[in-house]
Amino acid sequence: MTVHQSISDEAKPAYNYAYLDEQTKRMIRRALLKAVAIPGYQVPFGSREMPLARGWGTGGIQVTAAIIGPDDTLKVIDQGADDTTNAVSIRRFFERTADARTTEATDEATIIQTRHRIPEAPLKAGQIMVYQVPQPEPLRKLEPHEAETRKMHAWAEYGLMQVKLYENIARFGEVTTTYDYPVMVNGRYVMAPSPIPKFDNPKMQMSPALQLFGAGREKRIYAVPPHTSVRSLDFEDHPFRIQSWEQPCALCGAADSYLDEVVIDDQGGRMFVCSDSHHCETRRAQGHRGTMLGDATASGLVEAKS
Amino acid sequence: MYVAVKGGEAAILATHDLVAEARRGDESVPELAVAQIREQMCLACGRVMNEGSLYDPDLAALALKQAQGDAIEAAFLMRAYRTTLPRFGSSEPLDTAKMAIRRRVSATYKDLPGGQILGPTYDYTHRLFDFTLMDPPPAPSPLAGEGWGEGSRDAANASLTKTASDSDLRDPSSAPSGHLLPQGEKDREPLDAFMPRVPDILGAEGLMEEEAPPVGDPRPFDLTREPVTFPAERDVRLQAMARGDEGFMLGLGYSVQRGFGNSHPFVGEVRVGEVAVAFVPEELGFAVDLGEITLTECQMVNQFAGSKEVPPQFTRGYGLSFGHSERKAMSMSLVDRALKAREFGEAATYPAQQDEFVLYHSDNVEAAGFVEHLKLPHYVDFQGELELIRRIRKEREQRLADQPDEALPEAAE
Repeated sequence: MTVHQSISDEAKPAYNYAYLDEQTKRMIRRALLKAVAIPGYQVPFGSREMPLARGWGTGGIQVTAAIIGPDDTLKVIDQGADDTTNAVSIRRFFERTADARTTEATDEATIIQTRHRIPEAPLKAGQIMVYQVPQPEPLRKLEPHEAETRKMHAWAEYGLMQVKLYENIARFGEVTTTYDYPVMVNGRYVMAPSPIPKFDNPKMQMSPALQLFGAGREKRIYAVPPHTSVRSLDFEDHPFRIQSWEQPCALCGAADSYLDEVVIDDQGGRMFVCSDSHHCETRRAQGHRGTMLGDATASGLVEAKS
Repeated sequence: MYVAVKGGEAAILATHDLVAEARRGDESVPELAVAQIREQMCLACGRVMNEGSLYDPDLAALALKQAQGDAIEAAFLMRAYRTTLPRFGSSEPLDTAKMAIRRRVSATYKDLPGGQILGPTYDYTHRLFDFTLMDPPPAPSPLAGEGWGEGSRDAANASLTKTASDSDLRDPSSAPSGHLLPQGEKDREPLDAFMPRVPDILGAEGLMEEEAPPVGDPRPFDLTREPVTFPAERDVRLQAMARGDEGFMLGLGYSVQRGFGNSHPFVGEVRVGEVAVAFVPEELGFAVDLGEITLTECQMVNQFAGSKEVPPQFTRGYGLSFGHSERKAMSMSLVDRALKAREFGEAATYPAQQDEFVLYHSDNVEAAGFVEHLKLPHYVDFQGELELIRRIRKEREQRLADQPDEALPEAAE
């Protein structure tokens, strides 16, 4: 009893830099090195219990904690936006525990932790993408047993996945997977790109940035080193294609970005705006104007400063 | 930037204040002390210690207070704290045969060495409200409200005339190691110091499945430090179940009994009490007692027809949990036996017999995190689905308009 009183008296127990102890970071770095050496292979690691809930980015947080240093600049996005609540929460976590310099600018970041998007601005050499992964196993929905899926990967036996894609095409005329669309990495491993929209898949191909994937609950780490081939699975007569919209972003006029649908009234009114909030702001600052920017500013949907 | 998601940081900070307010409730009601929770909600503390994988009744009480009594949230707090603790070593194996018994019952023998000790149990209470517990306590008395429903009125009345003190309850002649004994037991004879475990009695006759440590007696796997691989060995399975959700384990254990498993279990023994934890510091080279912990142990005896190599014998299911938590220990022992299907060459056709199913889904902190993460924004993925479904519907309408006679040609295939 007295033991704990003395702990609470000290108010804040001294946590290590970036929360994890150095032994744990070393263990994660070893897993990361193995993952980089075998692109697309899922490396089991001793995922720690984190002060944030499982499924809320504990894998990504552990990877970031293992690689972040005082010279890094961290960007955290969720659904492409820097200001969604969980992105704010994770950014605060690293501001508190790693004294991290943070940014919303994609080109200023050395580490970008992301949930479900890759920024629109092209990534550069030296940048590291850290993906939060809910389900690292691309075959899990086809085969629930881990013992089986590991064998399938070992033998590169991916027929089941091809059959599933084929069945989609037979039934619906196209592959109906819209996010977490399976990719073939370096011609060897089928990999889950995390639930990014398939719109983002082509950005992974030969990317100059290092891409790290952390699945905390499932205790797996995997990676795509820079300049590695990442091919979305498809068929010769049914080539992979990405989402497209009929109109450009209503705020910045971008015609080539992933759009979110914002419901603006209960009469079926919609506006489509960039999911990458920083990309959209940058374009507006450059003078690009979408058709509804005036209305949106007037109604307080966006800040007037832009 | 959209209003819907703007100001995330301020909103998050505001939720912390709101939680603190909700936790405190009506300020005219006195605030709970952690010690009150530890002493008066000790079964809840036990559950939090089990699922939080940390034996610390004070922290468990604090976790329950901080989590407003939410057992899973409290377990989460325990685990997030536990993960930061340094490991300075492993204790010596606990010897539950030397447990200071509070309760010990066997369903397989009418009487056995050491006897049957009912101890504190709800088993034979009638689940009738004891409305005297709603009254403010008449005087600070450790006897009030300890009557498990039926005797409490008397106890409460008695407490008015009797000024009880701690010394009344701590009678060293009757308690094995100065432990608080339930009412009515304190005048009894001292319990036997040694109570053999029921499977050991059966084992002496060769009727019980032998349970030897694996070759070389390696240090048990630590699933909080290493990723689990499948098929999982028994040390991993028992560890996972010990921290598994009580409700989930109960449901699985129940499914085994109802036929979704292949067990015919008897409670060989359930025992509750205190066990000393010994540790050998490297610099000393001999064991020193660190203290004692309260444990519940269940040994389930199951039938087994035998195989080509092994004559018919009984097989074990084992459950061990912190605190007084019989339901958890019993459920665990049922599932432990079910998970031995592979070792005994039985077909593993039911959920409780499949280690991947049981181990991956019994962890309530992980499960709660992943289920509740669905609250996080998913609008990027949802937009992808919207785009797809709109396009497929449009294409379908077009097709129907082009060939009005052929309704849904593909659906018929």
